[in-house]
Amino acid sequence: MLTALLIMTGIAIVLGAALGYASIRFKVEGDPLVEKIDAILPQTQCGQCGYPGCKPYAQAISNGEADINQCPPGGEEGIRKLADLLGREFKPLSEEHGHEKPKSVAFINEQLCIGCTLCIQACPVDAIVGAAKQMHTVVSPLCTGCELCVAPCPVDCIAMVPVGETVETWKWKYPVIELRPAA
Amino acid sequence: MIARLFNFRGGVKPVSHKNESSATPIVKAPLPPRLVIPLRQSIRSTARCLVQPGQRVLKGEHIGEGEGPLGTSVHASTSGTVVEIASFPMAHASGLETPSVVIEPDGEDRWIDHAPLDYRNVSRNAALAYLRNSGIVGMGGAGFPTHVKLGNGSGIDTLVINGAECEPWITCDDRLMRERAAEVLSGATILRELIGARRVLIGIEDNKPEAITAMRAAASGVGDTLEIVPVPTLYPAGGEKQLIRVLTGIEIAQGKLGADFGVQCFNVGTAQAVHRAIHHGEPLLSRIVTLTGNVAHPGNYEVLLGTPVDALLKLAGPKADTDRYIMGGPMMGIDLQSLKVPVVKGTNCVISASPALFPPPPPELPCIRCGACARACPADLQPFELYWFSRAKNFGKTQEYHLFDCIECGCCAFVCPSRIPLVDYYRFAKSEIWARERDLKASDQARDRFEFRNFRQEREKEEKAAKLAAKAAETRAKLADGTSAGAAEAPPPVSDEDPKKALIAAALARAKQQKAAVTPQNTEDLSPETQAEIDEIEARREKLND
Repeated sequence: MLTALLIMTGIAIVLGAALGYASIRFKVEGDPLVEKIDAILPQTQCGQCGYPGCKPYAQAISNGEADINQCPPGGEEGIRKLADLLGREFKPLSEEHGHEKPKSVAFINEQLCIGCTLCIQACPVDAIVGAAKQMHTVVSPLCTGCELCVAPCPVDCIAMVPVGETVETWKWKYPVIELRPAA
Repeated sequence: MIARLFNFRGGVKPVSHKNESSATPIVKAPLPPRLVIPLRQSIRSTARCLVQPGQRVLKGEHIGEGEGPLGTSVHASTSGTVVEIASFPMAHASGLETPSVVIEPDGEDRWIDHAPLDYRNVSRNAALAYLRNSGIVGMGGAGFPTHVKLGNGSGIDTLVINGAECEPWITCDDRLMRERAAEVLSGATILRELIGARRVLIGIEDNKPEAITAMRAAASGVGDTLEIVPVPTLYPAGGEKQLIRVLTGIEIAQGKLGADFGVQCFNVGTAQAVHRAIHHGEPLLSRIVTLTGNVAHPGNYEVLLGTPVDALLKLAGPKADTDRYIMGGPMMGIDLQSLKVPVVKGTNCVISASPALFPPPPPELPCIRCGACARACPADLQPFELYWFSRAKNFGKTQEYHLFDCIECGCCAFVCPSRIPLVDYYRFAKSEIWARERDLKASDQARDRFEFRNFRQEREKEEKAAKLAAKAAETRAKLADGTSAGAAEAPPPVSDEDPKKALIAAALARAKQQKAAVTPQNTEDLSPETQAEIDEIEARREKLND
């Protein structure tokens, strides 16, 4: 009887120690689910979902506070990926959060810019260069197309320009099967 | 002597159609009315433009400076005037436009000063830079910069010169080897010395006996480290990996290059271009282009780079029922969207296609899982699996099945009994995967920048707070000093209990002092009359004040 008790206690202590060690040694920093959701989101940082950036939205999805269909830049494909990851049903993009648009970048009309720096402060990814009373310009490869700089501009000199196709970004089309009526 | 040849798996034997254009010698194409020289010769990099509209240029003059590690120079193909720098359609499947320099030839074809390079007496890097500045790229079609392929000059045992020319219809390399064998061999020798290879193997498909004879005759005195090897005619024997396999037996593993196994491969056209650059100082300005298919006079033409295809086609005379034009061969070439496309360094052939010669593809039928594509695939892939996954847009799986080892040779589509355009599916999948990778990179960058911005704002806030605190502390310290020092002089009455009041008093005193120090600047050197006038005014003011 006593031996059995001692053996069980011994095993419990050893396993407990092992588990305790493992929990310290292999500690996971942060919530891995948030990271996974964040990796799917397009990182536009536009705030159209109602959260101040993609990470907070990922956090909200993970906490169950937000739905998966609030990200217009991610589009239908993004929602599908989130649905896959979280094991939820796909649902169409929520109307109140916006519509899916072709990728655009901001363009500052340099003739009109008065150098107020309001757009620089609004840009979430520091993609606008310039200084007070100096002309501003958008570094287009860094622009995510979030449109956050458009509203603050007091002289309406910022326009969203759709990104054109170049030789580098051109894609082969999906082969289409031509249907012909029977002769 | 190499003891025996090896086989690569798969391959097909399409009708070769070489005789149409291979019988006549190379003809020099006349100067076109306009040359359109794209600054972007291949998809890899765009050259920086060095000329302005209206500028006179000489033949061989630099008009574009290569940018980036894969950039090479672009030159004026003849002497004349730069008319404009505008966008023209590019020799690419997309038919998109690219900035090009348009030159109106003056007809004199006057060369810029040029001299051969004594490559043995300059450093290797200087020789490679010279090739880069001469605009030498691979002439087989892909246009990869030759100086990059020459690597660091070590680790290469065998240099393979590719004269296989396995695609049907094309005969430009055939005619080049027949007529300019000595130049090709001289170029091969230069390449061998620059790359440090022990032996040179020149592989030529055995359906070109005249080319083999001409090359052997030219190579008779070179020695036994250089060998002309006829290889069996089987498409795609001219693929780099396939030719290396046939000649050396080396199977290049997935994701590796020939150079990892001590073999490097160059096209015969590249070798000849290297010879012209080194021994004659001539940059790459022209190339041999096969004009064939549904034309009255098929043949090979030496064409200046930048010659628009429509001007070139007049030489061959396309017949009336020609409905489309293919740049490159029928297996791997691209349909030209526009005839304004110029001849570029990779243009080896322009085929005029008619419905009789190239009938429109019959309707695609469902895959019957016969496996014929897998037997034909020279890259040891399973094309049917790739097709299913590409079609279902399951791109992760296509990569698991090594989609990127596909050389797009078209053997699978050629043998497919259901006439499925398999290569179109692979190209679609590849470009989708590239696009996704680009998006992913962009979103990673955006995330990093966003996080850094948040960090920076946080830091700025802290710094501002710290600065304010420091300033307040400083003022307090100063004040303490000021009260002790000021008490001795004691002009302003100071109350020790209220430092704020003291501060105001000190500021007032300072202001008074400053006011006293400032004297009006326009009261010196006054004439007696003006002084009198001022005195009068002052007196009036006194009176009024009283």
